[in-house]
Amino acid sequence: MQEIKREDLIAKAAQLLADGTVDRVIGWKKGEFDYDVTPAVFTTKEELENEFVWNDFCGANFSKYIKKEAEKSESKVMAFLKPCDTYSFNQLLTEYKFDREKVYVVGVPCNGMLDDSKIKESASGISSVTEENGKVVVDTLYDGKITLERADVLAERCANCKSKKHAAYDELLGTEGEVLDSKRFDEVEKLEKMTPDERFAFWQNELSRCIRCNACRNICPACTCEKCVFDNPASGVENKAISDSFEEKMFHIIRAFHVVGRCTDCGECSRVCPQNIPLHLLNRKFIKDINGFYGEYQAGAEVGSRAPIVDYTKEDLEPSEAVERGEENA
Amino acid sequence: MQRIGVFVCHCGTNIAATVDVKAVAEALKSEPGVVFSTDYQYMCSQAGQDIIKNAIAEHKLTGIVVCSCSPRMHENTFRKTAAAAGLNSYMVEIANIREQCSWVHKDMPTGTEKAIILGKAAVAKVSLNAPLTPGESPVTKRALVIGGGIAGIQTALDIADAGFPVDIVETKPTIGGKMAQLDKTFPTLDCAACILTPKMVEVAQNENIRIFSYSEVTDIKGFVGNFDVTIKRRARYVKEDLCTGCGACTEKCPQKKVPNEFNLGMDNRRAIYIPFAQAVPKVATIDPNYCTMLKTGKCGVCSKVCTAGAIDYQAKDEFVEEKYGAIVAATGFNPISMDKFDEFAYSQSPDVVTSLEFERLMNAAGPTAGTLLRPSDHEHPHTIVFVQCVGSRCSSCAEKGKEYCSKICCMYTAKHAMLTRDKYPDTDVYVFYIDVRTPGKAFDEFYRRAVEDYGVHYIKGMVGKVVPEGKKLKVQASDLLANKQLHIDADLVVLAAAIEPDKSARPLATMLTASMDTNDFFTEAHPKLRPVESPTAGVFLSGTCQGPKDIPETVSQAGAAASKVIGLLSKDKLTGNPCVAHSDENMCNGCSTCANVCPYGAITYQDKEFRMPDRTTKMRRIAVVNEAVCQGCGCCTVACMSGAMDLKGFMNKQIMAEVDAICK
Amino acid sequence: MQVNEFKPLIVAFCCNWCSYAGADLAGNNRLNYPAEVKIVRVPCSCRVNPMFILRAFQKGADGVILCGCHPGDCHYTSGNYYTRRRMALLFSMLDYLGIEKERTRVEWVSAAEGAKFAATMNDFVEKVISLGENKRLEDLRCKK
Repeated sequence: MQEIKREDLIAKAAQLLADGTVDRVIGWKKGEFDYDVTPAVFTTKEELENEFVWNDFCGANFSKYIKKEAEKSESKVMAFLKPCDTYSFNQLLTEYKFDREKVYVVGVPCNGMLDDSKIKESASGISSVTEENGKVVVDTLYDGKITLERADVLAERCANCKSKKHAAYDELLGTEGEVLDSKRFDEVEKLEKMTPDERFAFWQNELSRCIRCNACRNICPACTCEKCVFDNPASGVENKAISDSFEEKMFHIIRAFHVVGRCTDCGECSRVCPQNIPLHLLNRKFIKDINGFYGEYQAGAEVGSRAPIVDYTKEDLEPSEAVERGEENA
Repeated sequence: MQRIGVFVCHCGTNIAATVDVKAVAEALKSEPGVVFSTDYQYMCSQAGQDIIKNAIAEHKLTGIVVCSCSPRMHENTFRKTAAAAGLNSYMVEIANIREQCSWVHKDMPTGTEKAIILGKAAVAKVSLNAPLTPGESPVTKRALVIGGGIAGIQTALDIADAGFPVDIVETKPTIGGKMAQLDKTFPTLDCAACILTPKMVEVAQNENIRIFSYSEVTDIKGFVGNFDVTIKRRARYVKEDLCTGCGACTEKCPQKKVPNEFNLGMDNRRAIYIPFAQAVPKVATIDPNYCTMLKTGKCGVCSKVCTAGAIDYQAKDEFVEEKYGAIVAATGFNPISMDKFDEFAYSQSPDVVTSLEFERLMNAAGPTAGTLLRPSDHEHPHTIVFVQCVGSRCSSCAEKGKEYCSKICCMYTAKHAMLTRDKYPDTDVYVFYIDVRTPGKAFDEFYRRAVEDYGVHYIKGMVGKVVPEGKKLKVQASDLLANKQLHIDADLVVLAAAIEPDKSARPLATMLTASMDTNDFFTEAHPKLRPVESPTAGVFLSGTCQGPKDIPETVSQAGAAASKVIGLLSKDKLTGNPCVAHSDENMCNGCSTCANVCPYGAITYQDKEFRMPDRTTKMRRIAVVNEAVCQGCGCCTVACMSGAMDLKGFMNKQIMAEVDAICK
Repeated sequence: MQVNEFKPLIVAFCCNWCSYAGADLAGNNRLNYPAEVKIVRVPCSCRVNPMFILRAFQKGADGVILCGCHPGDCHYTSGNYYTRRRMALLFSMLDYLGIEKERTRVEWVSAAEGAKFAATMNDFVEKVISLGENKRLEDLRCKK
């Protein structure tokens, strides 16, 4: 259950549309199922009242949508941003992806979003998902009502939420939270503790499922290239190489490398992956290493901050020491 | 499709002994694009080059691969050969089958196999080469010299003599630098002022030289041949063009208690002052930290006595912007602070002085008018202890001293000791040293005269402690040769403090993007072969900002830097390196990541209108590389996520093709 | 003995100003190192894109080594500092994916260090040989 009510969000959006502050609103609308909420652009109060949705499945990070919508807007575009989304928002601003003046950010508090794939593990034929007394109640076609603990079906990224505090907004609805001391690196550490053989087996198993649908790339708020290097004929890696191995790994390593110091750990890549590959574990490894090697750095915490990958000190670790330290951490 | 020719060199037996050159030529024949392949004994010889030229003409080659020695050796040779045959000189690739193959591998099959692979990589690369043309940029025929000491003065004079305008920027109110503070100079003992001040006057009178004294450089943009420099002229509250340097104001100024920095604080000057009699420009300066008028608005004496009407209390800092073709750093040195050397009691006793302070104590224009007197009680010292290497060659005490040898101290200490004994034969002079280093013309003779003719007591060993006790300074030291402890009751202790680069050098290096070593000395482009050039094109080094030096060395280096500047300024246009970064505007995201890593500031951003497929237009921020500034390191190409930024001559595709060829 | 027959494929990226010259010096001094090492010349170690390294592995390299000027001595003043950060992160990531850290290395070799170049290559090749062929990249789908 979220702190702010749907009606409050609609009222806020409708008011901003009515007084001309903004001419389009990025929000969520219902998809085919309850748990299948999809991003949408609203331009009238009627649209909002008919279609706007705000529930435990509104995980989509709107910051990347702002780029396109701001270009279309005559005045400003409004976006509802949850705390984690605002980091991506700042990161995009740092990279000059849109004009801050063209955006009106309404910060909304977030109690964590649910992961439909986790619900599906215990329920099939889902007809609706509601909440009663802090528990998640799933109506199914065949098995009736199933009650689940919220913690058990919380999205991984929300269970390890890094911040309930917004890094940017024009207006905030509800109450502001705090930056959290999350356990998000625990899983990375678990992998680091494995032997190289085990780690290889783990990733071989995960990445071999990749169908290269590019969903991770397309959703990623840090992947905002005009043209991706994998589509760039001058890069030498465009499309797939004539090779019978390593293709998807190369793609995912390069993708993760390209968002080093820019990835805010919003977790959208893993959310949208149709093959459920834990892609966030690649990004988090880089984040963890950066924190360990060069000091704590949170991309998007501030606009204009310089990412550690485009910075240096004369006393930096040697690459040999750096990997060693990765082992030590294990 | 390229038409590639392959030329395999025997290099006598250097290559042919471990590489089957015929087999290499034969194997490379079947590589895609190769239409001609041959081998010859010496490809770099005239006959070898003719083979290449003829093949280019005969087979209409569009690219060539020479399998030979290192490209560092003959790449240029073969580029010229190609150009002579009408082929773009950047359509040449070298496969290094000598240094990196035949010379390091022992048997023929291994060497041959590797040579073939290296050849294939070069063929793969050259088939993706594109003709490149070096860019040209004009040269602003004006030089900037930063620092007006003897180094800057000599450089400026030499450049001006060649007919080019030069500006000197000096932070102090006068040029002259450290040399102006010296009394006599080793090893000839001529008076520093007598040889320096005529040069200063020459500078002032030279029509090609402008002096910006009491000024500093605040911003440098641009690149070799085209620097845009902002110079801040600090308000001196005296109009330079009106002041005649008569000195009436400096005599009448009621604020008399200002420590005189020219005499290192050993006496006082007024709030309005001319640093010394021969100052250039000879113009008074008001010290805003002490001037009562500037601080409280009450006084105005100097204004009243100035018959020229030169005083201007309302003066403000002014900024001058000027274009230069070349910049010379001549920022000089300072003795290091003695604050951390408690063992020598420098901060406890005024009678423990540095060598530069001793210079002033000996100087006729100094605080004691040239009579050697103790700063504390103005009595003649009878026992003087000189301590060498204070903070120099100090590998264990890096936090207070320097690891390097300051080079000049041995000689000036010998000079001080000799002059003291010459003027005051009744004084006992002791010099404590680690080694006496006298490599220089007439240097060792000079030092031996101090010992043999003047009876200076040279003692190998370090002073452990100096303790002020009553009027005496108790010096505890060890004599390493006699292997005993010494206790000397000294009247004066002189510390040969290590020298360090001036503090202004570091921010200047940042502005110039010139590199420095860990001690903040400027780095040379090559320590032996290009000692007066910075690795940053168009930036030259003069004097001690590059490393410790004495006056003759400084002057010769200053002249060398000047000749490099003259060489640059005599060109009307500069030809650049064509292997520079280039951004594909259609793919650029405008994210600024590349600009963040560029060490030369070669990347700027602009908004450009793009036509979209749906016939609308869209403004996008894109990166633009200044090809004259870019040095071609390629750092930006890796920072660029989309691969929009690429490096000509070392394109992503080319390197990838080499990797592919090696790994095939 | 299969172990003895294993000839690893090593790609060495060398910066033009220091390490490539260091390799030349190793040649001048006739200092032997295995022929399995193939050098690719780049202007600066910072020109080496992680893509090149991954591509080498993809195409069958068993080890990749990057050589550049010593920190502080970069011809381009700061290129190798960026290299150091990039490669620290990349190699740590490759290790995380199971590609042993011994297969990747960054070494600073000056133009005067021909002996160091040869020694480094000998040592690196030896390490890679002890690890064996790089099979860490196969996709499950490609298992034959």
